[in-house]
Amino acid sequence: MSTTQEKEMWTSKLRKSWQKNLPVEKLLPDTQPAYVASWIYLFGVATLASLGVIIASGIVLAFEGASWYHYSNVGHFINSMHFWSVQFFFIFMVVHLWGKFWMAAWRGRRLLTWITGAVAFVASIATAFTGYLVQTNFDSQWISYEAKDGFNSVGIGSRFNVTNFGQMILLHVAFLPLVLGLITVIHVLMVRAKGVVPPIDAFNKELGERK
Amino acid sequence: MSDRRAELESASWSGRTRPYDLIKEGVAALVVITIAVVALSTLFGSPDDKQITFKQWAVAAPADFYATSVQELAGSSGTGGYGAPYNTASDGVNLGPLHLAKLMGVTHPVDTVNDFVITPLTTVVNSGPVADALKQWQASDSKTQSTWATNYDNALTKANQDATKVPAGNYGPVPQLATGLLSMAQAGSLDGALLSQGNYFQSDYTKQTLFLGDGSYFNDQSTASNLQGSTWGMMNETGRYPGQAWLWLYSFWYQIPPFNNGDSHPFGANADAWIMVIMGALSLGLIIMPLIPGVRSLPYKIPIHRLVWKNYYQEENL
Repeated sequence: MSTTQEKEMWTSKLRKSWQKNLPVEKLLPDTQPAYVASWIYLFGVATLASLGVIIASGIVLAFEGASWYHYSNVGHFINSMHFWSVQFFFIFMVVHLWGKFWMAAWRGRRLLTWITGAVAFVASIATAFTGYLVQTNFDSQWISYEAKDGFNSVGIGSRFNVTNFGQMILLHVAFLPLVLGLITVIHVLMVRAKGVVPPIDAFNKELGERK
Repeated sequence: MSDRRAELESASWSGRTRPYDLIKEGVAALVVITIAVVALSTLFGSPDDKQITFKQWAVAAPADFYATSVQELAGSSGTGGYGAPYNTASDGVNLGPLHLAKLMGVTHPVDTVNDFVITPLTTVVNSGPVADALKQWQASDSKTQSTWATNYDNALTKANQDATKVPAGNYGPVPQLATGLLSMAQAGSLDGALLSQGNYFQSDYTKQTLFLGDGSYFNDQSTASNLQGSTWGMMNETGRYPGQAWLWLYSFWYQIPPFNNGDSHPFGANADAWIMVIMGALSLGLIIMPLIPGVRSLPYKIPIHRLVWKNYYQEENL
């Protein structure tokens, strides 16, 4: 294969771009800038760890079925793990988001990193919401009855029917986790590629500015 | 923001570094959170209030169930007058001149008369009076059916849902049909009939949920559990468990004027639509926050970042 042909190949272009923007040293670094030394940095990884517990407990629940946890003690325990890990996930994610806001973490051409993070937050709310709809208990009956009015009011209910259990459980265990997982992977790769945003005043001296 | 600053902030860091084991940090976080989750699950479990069945409703509140059945036949129930996506009975809520639900059409058709009452009654062997009532109903035209049902619905409302105090009138077979459906529900056979609608496989609970919501019993149970929208219901959970606290902002709008007054126009009466629009706009605002003038400057004006990077600022004398 000639060099010219190689240059034009999509595959080789993607490989070269990946190698340039995200070499393995950036993907798995063993050092971080000296400013990465605050408890706030723990909330990103804590969010990911909570997501791991959510996925693991969710897979068990998916294999056993939506009603399993009503009559099995083990099922109820796994459901409880799913429930509490979701609570942790949102607490950590919200603190992570606030932290990144006050750090103006979109600086240094990191706008897409912020956007993917915010989209992940919105997608998480949708995923959790569909989870509450498929609990097959009184709470899910009531939530679906109440929520239908909101979605119907703007026409979304014509396609996203919260009282349709079949549609909601498929969205909850298949489509939305896939979307959320994909956005999360992209977000993490962008963080690794761009690096952790430096302090707001880190370059004041170089730029001859004073704060 | 100067291009030079953006360039420096986007470049690979060339200043001081420190060892940082990402994988170890991730594994430690996973272990700690798993332990915390297992501890909370063991100590507190998770909420699981039993679902409400039609049998439960019909046994616990037979007068309410009976009256709701009559309303379904008369088309005067909440579902009967809902509009899109279930029927064309009304235009639904609006955003000014826009009736978005109506625009999207009837995508989940619900015929309260047949889906909730007549079809389920045809799936069981009925007693003589109920079977005769069903035959009489099916043999009559829709105008006559409507007259019977409306007459009885009005009379029952005047009698405060006490069927024994309803005076004689032109009600046709409506009282017998409602009695038949009540018996069916009390026996436990209505739940399955409503779901299957004559089919074997079914996973759409729209019809049961709407029927259940048309009565007072279901609403009363949710009020007792503090789940109504007027009491931050969307972010609450049954029992003493945390709910969807992340929906606090969505619930918030329902607590304040004009959205908490269903009689005020144009916002209160159309609160569902306006709040969806507000939340859609706020969600979009969150996503594009770095592009919004004023908001994106807040981290510079309120220097919370100096707490985050306290050590670095001290070390670098910034």
